[in-house]
Amino acid sequence: MAGHGRGPDPVPNEPVDPDVDLHIPAQRDELRRRHAPVVAAVSLGGGIGAAARYGASLLWPTQAGTFPWTTLLVNVTGCALIGLFMVVLTELDSAHRLLRPFFGTGVLGGFTTFSTYATDIQRLIEEGSPRTALVYLGLTVAGAVAAVWTAASLTRRALAWRQR
Amino acid sequence: MNWLLVIAGAMVGAPLRYLTDRAVQSRHDTVFPWGTFTVNVAGSLLLGLITGAATAGAASTHTQLLLGTGLCGALTTYSTFSYETLRLAENGDRFFAAANVAAGVAAGLGAAFTGAALAHAIWA
Repeated sequence: MAGHGRGPDPVPNEPVDPDVDLHIPAQRDELRRRHAPVVAAVSLGGGIGAAARYGASLLWPTQAGTFPWTTLLVNVTGCALIGLFMVVLTELDSAHRLLRPFFGTGVLGGFTTFSTYATDIQRLIEEGSPRTALVYLGLTVAGAVAAVWTAASLTRRALAWRQR
Repeated sequence: MNWLLVIAGAMVGAPLRYLTDRAVQSRHDTVFPWGTFTVNVAGSLLLGLITGAATAGAASTHTQLLLGTGLCGALTTYSTFSYETLRLAENGDRFFAAANVAAGVAAGLGAAFTGAALAHAIWA
């Protein structure tokens, strides 16, 4: 962490990048070790996460030109879950080394999507609904950041309370 | 069949994101999460292209499910994007946190528009 121009970290030991953070010594091992199991765990998790997202889009389909509520809710839910998951993972002393790649990188990464978010905005603008596009753009960013912050803070507080 | 296409695409897209993230990170030692930025921009470009092709009648529903919903959906991520933003802000890199959101959204949108324009130029 030192030498990267960072200020003091109030919550040390949590990686910046939940996919793989090469600044974290334990995760740097993934570069050296045979990583076929990690890639397989990410792949399996990604399939499960994407299937859940596809299921949500079938349950609550979005009509063309209307506000993409399903994608917004999928993304915000995934952001809340990763905030919770990464904090719990840091507190676990003996988490299996494939747990983060499987659930954080795979399931949650496959469940949430940035490409659908971007192309939905592009389509709304080109189909003549720039106001809906702008509200969708802002609500997703605000919802995602609020969800990850709230979930991580509440989880840290709950874990600290349990340890007292 | 539709489910299998989505799952097959995602089982390639998610590890592709992981491997890209690793490759990008090992080349740049910065706090800025360039790995996630790269996959989100690349995936938005590709999905813009696929969606544009579908509008022009050049991509089947099956192609859309395999490459769009599956591959691009899992290649890109919002959870990692937002968690990285949170960690940058918590580490005191408020500027990088704000820049990550602004640059990520701007570049992703630019990529989606570019992909759609390319599809229009090719198939329309």
